[in-house]
Amino acid sequence: MTSVTTIPLPFYLILSGILFVCGVLGFLIKRNIITIFMSIELMLNGVNLSFVAFAAHWHKLSGQVFVFFVMVVAAAEAAVGLAIIIAVYRTRETLNVDQVNLLKL
Amino acid sequence: MTPNPYLWLIPVLPLAGAAINGFLGRRSSKNAISTIALAFPGAAFLLALWIALFKFHSAQAPYYFDLAHWIRAGNFQADFSFYLDQLSLVMLLVVTGVGFLIHIYSVGYMADDDGYYRFMSYLNLFMFFMLTLVLAKNYLLMFIGWEGVGLASYLLIGFWFIKDSAASAGKKAFIVNRIGDFGFLIALFLMIKHFGSLDFTKVFEQVGAHPTETAGFGLLTSIGLLLMVGAAGKSAQIPLYVWLPDAMEGPTPVSALIHAATMVTAGVYMVARSHMIFERAPGAMTVVAIVGTLTAFFAATIGIAQTDIKKVFAYSTVSQLGYMFMACGVGAFSAGIFHLMTHAFFKGLLFLAAGSVIHGIGGEQDMRKMGGLRVYMPWTFATMGIATLAIAGIPPFAGFFSKDEILWAAYSSPHGSWIFWLLGVITAFITSFYMFRLLFMTFFGDYRGATAAPGGAHHSPAHGGHGHGEPHESPWVMLGPLVILAVLSFVGGWVGVGHRFDHFLAPVFQHHAQLVAVLSTPAEEARIASMERLELAFMGISVAAGVLGFLLAWLLYIRLPQLPDRIAKNLGSLYDAVVNKYYIDELYAILFVKPLVDGSSAILWKGVDQGVIDATVNNSADSAREISDSLRHMQSGNLRSYAGWIAAGGAVVIAYMIWMGVR
Repeated sequence: MTSVTTIPLPFYLILSGILFVCGVLGFLIKRNIITIFMSIELMLNGVNLSFVAFAAHWHKLSGQVFVFFVMVVAAAEAAVGLAIIIAVYRTRETLNVDQVNLLKL
Repeated sequence: MTPNPYLWLIPVLPLAGAAINGFLGRRSSKNAISTIALAFPGAAFLLALWIALFKFHSAQAPYYFDLAHWIRAGNFQADFSFYLDQLSLVMLLVVTGVGFLIHIYSVGYMADDDGYYRFMSYLNLFMFFMLTLVLAKNYLLMFIGWEGVGLASYLLIGFWFIKDSAASAGKKAFIVNRIGDFGFLIALFLMIKHFGSLDFTKVFEQVGAHPTETAGFGLLTSIGLLLMVGAAGKSAQIPLYVWLPDAMEGPTPVSALIHAATMVTAGVYMVARSHMIFERAPGAMTVVAIVGTLTAFFAATIGIAQTDIKKVFAYSTVSQLGYMFMACGVGAFSAGIFHLMTHAFFKGLLFLAAGSVIHGIGGEQDMRKMGGLRVYMPWTFATMGIATLAIAGIPPFAGFFSKDEILWAAYSSPHGSWIFWLLGVITAFITSFYMFRLLFMTFFGDYRGATAAPGGAHHSPAHGGHGHGEPHESPWVMLGPLVILAVLSFVGGWVGVGHRFDHFLAPVFQHHAQLVAVLSTPAEEARIASMERLELAFMGISVAAGVLGFLLAWLLYIRLPQLPDRIAKNLGSLYDAVVNKYYIDELYAILFVKPLVDGSSAILWKGVDQGVIDATVNNSADSAREISDSLRHMQSGNLRSYAGWIAAGGAVVIAYMIWMGVR
């Protein structure tokens, strides 16, 4: 209880925002598909942090439940996504997203 | 009013014939087509004759039959109802009788034409519409027939539509008639507005309660004038007569049936049918009389100098229709209908005989290339001679009785005037002159055409089948109708002796009966006696006019055949004006057609259509394309740029929420 009260909410939110923006920038700038994937995880974790911060602040469990959902989805996504990345690498021999453009006209 | 359940069959029979031939004719044999095309109008004629002889009693007239409901809206109603009184009975017998004869003639005349089934189907269709017009019990059904005969006329004038002149003549007839129909239609609207009905009996009942409009421009005068506009279009009166001469592009039986005997008289019938309205609108009556008289005179003068045999008849028809309107305009409706009937006989005959001549010399219509034909085609000559005598007003032929009655009425009627009479007599003289001129140029002298012509410019498709050597007489299927019509042209006028025809029609034109009743006081008897002596003198004058016309034609075209050319040369520009029909077509082209075409192309086409309607569509499409052109760069296909847009959008939304303080 005491440790939570010593750090006020905006600190968590600012950290969460920084994490999210880092994820966005990584997503936009990087071309390697694995880095992009990791950037997405970073964004999700930034959001997770704000969820738990709010949950602690308002003493509500729903925020924490959300975080579990997000983690479950992220885990599933990681499993499927990494499998796809491996499949892509086997056929295309590259991890550069700009060269994976079969669906583009 | 007595019901008569057979009336509806009369128009419907030819419709059945038209439908059978129109839908199945292409695959039928020629004999089957002829049988159907003749059987149905023939049956209609026999039915009409049977009704006239055994089922029609003047005491029980008018007869009617309600076939079906048509329009019922509020208080207004117009049904498919038929109506038969003495007036429609005369029209019925003329239309079915003359029409049937012309159908028989067409079987011979059109035998070699590829569109034979089409032709017969159109003819039957015409009969259907004409009989609907004549038998209608209300103005709206009459209008259906009115428009329908216009359609049939258009189809038949342009029957040889491969010829450009025929196609445009059909269009001209249709468009000029639209002008007249516009007037007719507005008259109908006025009737609906003020009388709430278009049924003859109901309208005339209310008109009868209306006082006579002696001065000013009242409701009845307006309706009468608008009806006259319609009649002028359909019956080719000044100023709308220009379509009829061009309509001669159609096959000759069409000219005989539609443009001489029946359809063009529809205007006269309509005016006579609306006599209740006209009698209470003396202003409109005077206009009818003036238009009729002027047309009669004017068209007759054009007829003098025409060289195309059918064009002479066309102007002659316009002129004779003018006589009928003159009669209606002076209140002598029964005289007008009488002339309508005799005219149907002799003018139908003239056209059929002209068709026989054209057929016999291989499609030539120019009288300057005819001549001497009485040796080659004696029957055609004899019948045409009778018709010429009839139209020239020589007693005892049919035209004499009806024309004389009109001329007498033009002078003696309370609406009449000596000017009408004088112009009428001069017209009678001119008529006689140009008709005998035609007869002499065609049948007398030496044959001036090429004996072995392979076919000239006038070579019509109907005669493409057989090569032409000597002129020859037509087959009996064509001569038969000629002979019957010749008999009718000879004796047809006798029904008018002693005013029998007037008395027969008197129940329709009640005023006549009243007139007789008023005049039978002893003081008036003496006046009537003196009038009768005057009538005899007038009769002598009109016969003299006819004989004079004959003598002049004989002098110029038999006795001194080189004289006409000399006269023509001396008259110079006047003669040119007459040959060119007073340049009326050219005048209309400058006054109406050219402004209309120019206005349509400059304003409606280039201004409204291209400038507004097309421009709206094109500009909206162009601007949509320009906007899309810049927007489509967003769709780069680059995944990260999409993500960038999403992030930017999200940033904008968040910035907005912070800015507005939304929680």
